[in-house]
Amino acid sequence: MIKSLKVLHHPLADSENQLEVLENSLGSIHPTFNEKLELSGIYPLRASGIDILQLNLGKMCNQTCKHCHVDAGPDRKEMMSRSTMQICLDVLKNSDIDVVDLTGGAPELNPDFRWLVEQIKKLGKHVIVRCNLTIILANKRFHDLPDFFKQHQVEVVSSLPGFTQDRTDRQRGDGVFNDSIKALQMLNLVGYGQEGSGLVLNLVYNPAGAFLPPSQVALEKEYKMVLASRYGIVFNQLFAITNMPISRYLDYLLSSGNYSRYMDKLISAYNPASVQNLMCRNTLSVGWDGYLYDCDFNQMLDLKVSASDSQHISDFDFAILKNRNIVVKQHCFGCTAGEGSSCGGSLTF
Amino acid sequence: MENHYYKASDLGKFGNIAEYQKELADKFFSYYGEVFKDSHLTAKEKSLIALAVAHAVQCPYCIDAYSSDAFEKGYSEAQMMEAVHVASAIKGGAVLVHGVQMMNKVKEIGM
Repeated sequence: MIKSLKVLHHPLADSENQLEVLENSLGSIHPTFNEKLELSGIYPLRASGIDILQLNLGKMCNQTCKHCHVDAGPDRKEMMSRSTMQICLDVLKNSDIDVVDLTGGAPELNPDFRWLVEQIKKLGKHVIVRCNLTIILANKRFHDLPDFFKQHQVEVVSSLPGFTQDRTDRQRGDGVFNDSIKALQMLNLVGYGQEGSGLVLNLVYNPAGAFLPPSQVALEKEYKMVLASRYGIVFNQLFAITNMPISRYLDYLLSSGNYSRYMDKLISAYNPASVQNLMCRNTLSVGWDGYLYDCDFNQMLDLKVSASDSQHISDFDFAILKNRNIVVKQHCFGCTAGEGSSCGGSLTF
Repeated sequence: MENHYYKASDLGKFGNIAEYQKELADKFFSYYGEVFKDSHLTAKEKSLIALAVAHAVQCPYCIDAYSSDAFEKGYSEAQMMEAVHVASAIKGGAVLVHGVQMMNKVKEIGM
């Protein structure tokens, strides 16, 4: 099993070193993200509200994917505590935020995961779980997750970077493709992805290499055709997501000699039309320890929200946070390249 | 002028050909863009055709561009290599089929 950068004491496990690479390694010939925003007339970038609360339940994962921006893995121990979850629930209870997006690591590995889902549903909120699929087969105690998801009408979003074993396993580890297919079939069996069931199953594509995703529309069509014909699998939507030059993917880019070329690609593919729909504008990301970030990527770079009086969920102030200035750095080019990218896929198509 | 003919960075300057003749360049790039859109063939299928043709015409810029494009669009290494073999077979066949012309000539002039 591949170890996390943190356990390896790798320099890129430190967010300051990552930022140093991102901000200074390409020299001054490239524009900064802020300069691009200024040219597009959208500087400073501001939040438009908070529609989604994204909770990172911890960095532990049963997989160690090569591109993981969280540097998650079995050797990571950080977990959101029940008391932090309770503060999040209190915030949700007293706000109009309708959607809660649970991520990790593998969020299901948090011992309070099911309790949290039940509590959120009691508040009448919509729950999205970013499920890596293989967790369902990782241990007998997870085999009933499809039924649990169904019982609570949870929207499932799952990564499948290719409809072939080769592409998927290269990025996510040996055996991941076959287990993912089995897990998808289990989800289909209880109704997920089936027309008229109301049980939403969305898949996520992200490139297995140093390149940008192709057209989301064309890819979704192909995924649907291939997965149905080969494995009898159905799903709702495919989200094409760009890999962010952060953490393990940044390490891959640097060690494979692709970093400079990849950043050139991201920067030259800057699409101002994607900026209005950036997920940071209507999402607030909560770290496992309760700190607040504009997105999951800023969280991994330890770039807390700019609102200095409301940087922790225990100091949550809706009025301040809903109009906050978004903290942007060079990695943000990952969300504005080509069709744009977010946890919900392309931003313009 | 440098002492070599090909520079990888020149691929990114392809659009600069408009500096010397804008009207024709605009027409070419507009046509090029249309050709590669999804239509009766998908953009993905067209990418693999382009990869094979790039090898047949031995254009290093095109090989660079369409190796990336075809892989990005989801073709496997084996599929891409088979496309190159298709180009090779056609090019090789094109050489060999002229062997018939050679035979015809030899038969014409030989005793």
